[in-house]
Amino acid sequence: MLVEQIAVFVENKPGRLAAITKILADNKINIRALSVADTADFGILRLIVDNPQKAAKCLQDGGFTVVVTEVVAIEVEDRIGGLATVLGHLADAGVSVEYMYAFVNRSGENAIIISRFEHMDNAVKVLEGTGVKLVSKEQIYSM
Amino acid sequence: MDSQYWNDEIETMPRAGLESIQLIRLQKLVKRMYERVLPYREKMDAIGLRPEHIKSVGDLRLLPFTVKADLRDNYPFGLFATPMSEVVRIHASSGTTGKPTVVGYTRKDIDLWANIVARSLVTAGATKNDIVHNAYGYGLFTGGLGAHYGIEKLGAAVVPASGGNSRRQVTLLRDFGSTVLLSTPSYALNLADAMETVGIDPKKLSLRIGVFGAEPWSENMREEVEKKLNLKATDIYGLSEIMGPGVAQECQFSKRGMHIAEDHFLPEVINPETGEVLPEGEEGELVFTTLTKEAFPLIRYRTRDISRLYREPCACGRTLVRMAKVTGRTDDMLIIRGVNVFPSQVEHVLMGVEGVEPHYQIVVDRKGNLDTMTVEVEVSEQFFSDKVRRLESLGAGIKKEIKDYLGVTVTVKLVEPKSIQRSEGKAARVIDKRKLS
Ligand SMILES: [Zn+2]
Repeated sequence: MLVEQIAVFVENKPGRLAAITKILADNKINIRALSVADTADFGILRLIVDNPQKAAKCLQDGGFTVVVTEVVAIEVEDRIGGLATVLGHLADAGVSVEYMYAFVNRSGENAIIISRFEHMDNAVKVLEGTGVKLVSKEQIYSM
Repeated sequence: MDSQYWNDEIETMPRAGLESIQLIRLQKLVKRMYERVLPYREKMDAIGLRPEHIKSVGDLRLLPFTVKADLRDNYPFGLFATPMSEVVRIHASSGTTGKPTVVGYTRKDIDLWANIVARSLVTAGATKNDIVHNAYGYGLFTGGLGAHYGIEKLGAAVVPASGGNSRRQVTLLRDFGSTVLLSTPSYALNLADAMETVGIDPKKLSLRIGVFGAEPWSENMREEVEKKLNLKATDIYGLSEIMGPGVAQECQFSKRGMHIAEDHFLPEVINPETGEVLPEGEEGELVFTTLTKEAFPLIRYRTRDISRLYREPCACGRTLVRMAKVTGRTDDMLIIRGVNVFPSQVEHVLMGVEGVEPHYQIVVDRKGNLDTMTVEVEVSEQFFSDKVRRLESLGAGIKKEIKDYLGVTVTVKLVEPKSIQRSEGKAARVIDKRKLS
């Protein structure tokens, strides 16, 4: 139940994000979600796209450092406390979160939470056990 | 009345007299090296040279050079000319490929060194009535302890401040009424800044002389130090292999070079490519032969420092030859806040951290008054991660390793691939933005 995410190293200087999105657009790759982790000196751009392997290749060819990593996509009802319930399950099971970011699916009803855990296998097991809805990669890519 | 010389006879001796002393010492040295230091004996044997072939000071050029690699090959004590039981002090400085350069001193060497530093201080204009604030680092580095013993030998009062904690240092300078300051020139400027921060007016201090060295500095910097600290700034030269600080010292009258203690350190200037001795006054690589050291004598040691020699009479009356301010290096050594740094060492650390050779660049600058060194490392797929924490710890790890290995604090900047400029396919390893001219 894992989804491929691409992470791109970006220096904090003008024009880098624009350059990345241009490469993706030129190659007709659709961005489903993105998040930028920022430090004083550099950033890591994380992307969910409809074709991660192709996106990674295009960006590498464009001179960027890219890694493809697996993340979990969790569907959460768009209501107050929806996310809190999921996080509560994870905390109870002692699963630590590396990072999370969210986007709203096309129907606009539910939020998709992209999550990276320290121990992915364990996290997936816990999530499956709680009945939380995990989104498959096919679903994400075709959204 | 205080003399203007530490050793009148030697410092003002006519050349002929000085050369006869040099010759006697040189012949004794070569004989001793031949008998006691096997690696050097082998070098002489290889060209069929025997100690008795040295008949004049000019015959110095017949002798084989000693280079830094010889020190490394014989690490740590292989070039010592006395048994370790005679050695009373060991100093070390960083070498090019990990092994430090080790130097040793007998009791007599330490006393000789103290005398030479005392001579330097007098040459700079200091007397036994001075209070001398010594802000050279104490430790393996020869600067702190070398200067310390010389100040005591002169009979002045030494304040062994060492490096760091500038605010406390300026308070001490004020409270003790120190009259002479010894430090690297950039640290002197740092102290001037600290005075401003703390609210101490340099004009109200008693400082009158500065003896600055251990790193390259420009005439502009001299003016700045003199203005900001309200003192007369003089240049001191030395390197640990030869002895430490005091090999040469600028007098109060000369702004055109430092008097070399040539009764102890015989200088030559050579063409660094051919090894040929250059006529006096021409610029080239400085080479020294230690005439009197016991534990660690060196014959024709190539310093890699670029300078020139002058013999014109000096207004101070000293007949000792002068060397110009060092204008550069024949290798890629950088001096960062008094610490010797070779790009190869940084490369070694980077290899060790991730097991691969990354593209990197060293950017040296002078911000405010301190040298800064930034190591830019291109982030390749091998050590990239989607986790911020991991990248940050990579940067911090490199920084720590460099600090441990080289003793210098750097900024590590992770940069995108291909962002470091390459000339002819090879990255320029060092960009030195410091303005030294
Ligand atoms: Zn002079």
